[in-house]
Amino acid sequence: MSYQVNEKGYYGEFGGAYIPEMMVPNIEELQHNYLEIINSYDFRQEFVDLLKNYVGRPSPLYFAKRLSEKYQSKIYLKREDLNHTGSHKINNTIGQILVAQKLGKHRIIAETGAGQHGLATATVCALMGLECIVYMGAVDVERQAPNVKKMRMLGAEVIPAVSGNQTLKDATNEAMRDWINNPVDTHYIIGSVVGPHPYPDMVARFQSVISEEIRWQLEEQTGRENPTRVIACVGGGSNAAGAFYHFLDQENVELIGVEAAGKGIETHETAATLTLGTPGVLHSSRSILMQTKDGQITEPYSISAGLDYPGIGPLHANLFTSKRAKYLWATDAEVLDAALELTRLEGIIPALESAHALAALKKLQLKPEEVSVINLSGRGDKDMETYLNHFGY
Amino acid sequence: MKNRINKLFQEKKERVLSVYFTAGYPDLEDTVPIIKELVKNGVDLIEIGMPFSDPVADGPVIQHSSLIALQNGMSIRKLFDQLKDIRQVTDIPLILMGYINPVLQYGVEAFCEKCREVGIDGLIIPDLPLSVYEEDFRSVFENNNLHNIFLITPQTSEDRMRTIDGISEGFIYMVSSNATTGAKSSVTDFQKDYFERVNLMKLKNPRMIGFGISNSETFRNACQYASGAILGSAFVKALEGTDLLEQKVSRFINSIVTES
Repeated sequence: MSYQVNEKGYYGEFGGAYIPEMMVPNIEELQHNYLEIINSYDFRQEFVDLLKNYVGRPSPLYFAKRLSEKYQSKIYLKREDLNHTGSHKINNTIGQILVAQKLGKHRIIAETGAGQHGLATATVCALMGLECIVYMGAVDVERQAPNVKKMRMLGAEVIPAVSGNQTLKDATNEAMRDWINNPVDTHYIIGSVVGPHPYPDMVARFQSVISEEIRWQLEEQTGRENPTRVIACVGGGSNAAGAFYHFLDQENVELIGVEAAGKGIETHETAATLTLGTPGVLHSSRSILMQTKDGQITEPYSISAGLDYPGIGPLHANLFTSKRAKYLWATDAEVLDAALELTRLEGIIPALESAHALAALKKLQLKPEEVSVINLSGRGDKDMETYLNHFGY
Repeated sequence: MKNRINKLFQEKKERVLSVYFTAGYPDLEDTVPIIKELVKNGVDLIEIGMPFSDPVADGPVIQHSSLIALQNGMSIRKLFDQLKDIRQVTDIPLILMGYINPVLQYGVEAFCEKCREVGIDGLIIPDLPLSVYEEDFRSVFENNNLHNIFLITPQTSEDRMRTIDGISEGFIYMVSSNATTGAKSSVTDFQKDYFERVNLMKLKNPRMIGFGISNSETFRNACQYASGAILGSAFVKALEGTDLLEQKVSRFINSIVTES
């Protein structure tokens, strides 16, 4: 069974391109050109060079000794938090800005939740000298203020989305509306493995560098290419897609995604999409969504702005349905504990999103000989205010 | 039975006036009263919006009306309930417009059968693309005598317009400009080129121009290039305020059809 996208843009029954006619020219242009562009020699050269010399890749695979002692097992951290701009998001924006240039686009738009994708987009736009507009839910503009300031310093225009819950879903709606209004010279850099085909596949390919590196790094350090399991947090699911990518066909590697349960899956304040959702269409692809029986999208909640989304990429919906990957959830409270634990044991302050992956350690029965790789997708700088408010330092 | 949309365009070739409103806005039970008033004021075709939580092809006015309608408790089930005797009220074509997800959750077959039962003639589902329609929806739509109305835009290629014309029945919804609904506009040179270019293609289906039609001037201009035009956001906006529904509707329609 293949877990990759098929020629029609579907992962099993999920995916596709449910786009209004106004978006057809841009999406078809991408569908027809993305593979040729990203497989071209020129593109590979530039992409690899920028990832190495600008982003700072490969990111370390770090054996977390004290964390491993605590859980009586072997735990490695894939340090995406050490990338330029502080998260895995830059891998995708580097790739997409190069695609946008090849397509001759001059204006870049993006949505952002935690601001990490917005920051990574603003960064590559500054690097390439392109106009940048970032849509961000008005609530997120407040709770992720440091990233907003950085984006503005980088020259991006940050437009608060004031519809709905004023979070990631609403920012995505606004970015899509912008693209409908500006169909000619604009490229929309979607930040996750969501949206119409080919975005889920394109973004997963750009993020797949994470698992590509994990394999050779793990072999270098331990003599084995495959860990027992890979653990990553999932909102839309881009860092998990990247961390899983080269292990999808290695069926003996357990893949674990961790969703944001917010205040608990039994409450209405949650973003645990796969745990609670049903099939449907949001943001132009068929996936699993949190929705009412009438098909209205439910407003999600999570302490982490980056996971505060009522959908998930179609790739994950398929991995979930086919049982190739397992999806757990972690509550806000469990996440804060996990963040503090990593900080105190390893001297690493993780992003709230990434702390969801860490919170899974308590939910798994780890054995001493097992090797778990946790994708530490981002650093905690942007979350300091939340941490300080909670822990009271 | 012959589809009422085809009948309309056979009988009327110009200045066809179509009006959109969001079901459940301003008040939950306004659906039938609004239809009655529109019919009374001589509207040719009515598009009834099924509100969705995330209407990406719509601008602020219809986003707002959708939000209020959902807060009022509107749903597809409720709408069908309101429309159950609508064919005793009017015989003009009625179209339902909305996004795909609520229709999927209702069940496509059940939805189409219910449409036929209450007397709906066509559907406009902006995020149901041509390819998916052909594969998964066309036969159930056709079995229930429902015309799927496709959109074309200034960016649609000539080839694609011909494909859409080939599969379309009823009319083609010509989006006036690159925009979400409710954008301000007058007819620019760019639009004129587009309208004239499409005119010269001699498509088999009649065309209706929508998006950005908001007053008598834009309505008149649009009618020069197509069988008629569609008013949406401007009408929804006219439904605000405390005047009687009857007054709001007649004042608005008069302002559109009166030659200035």
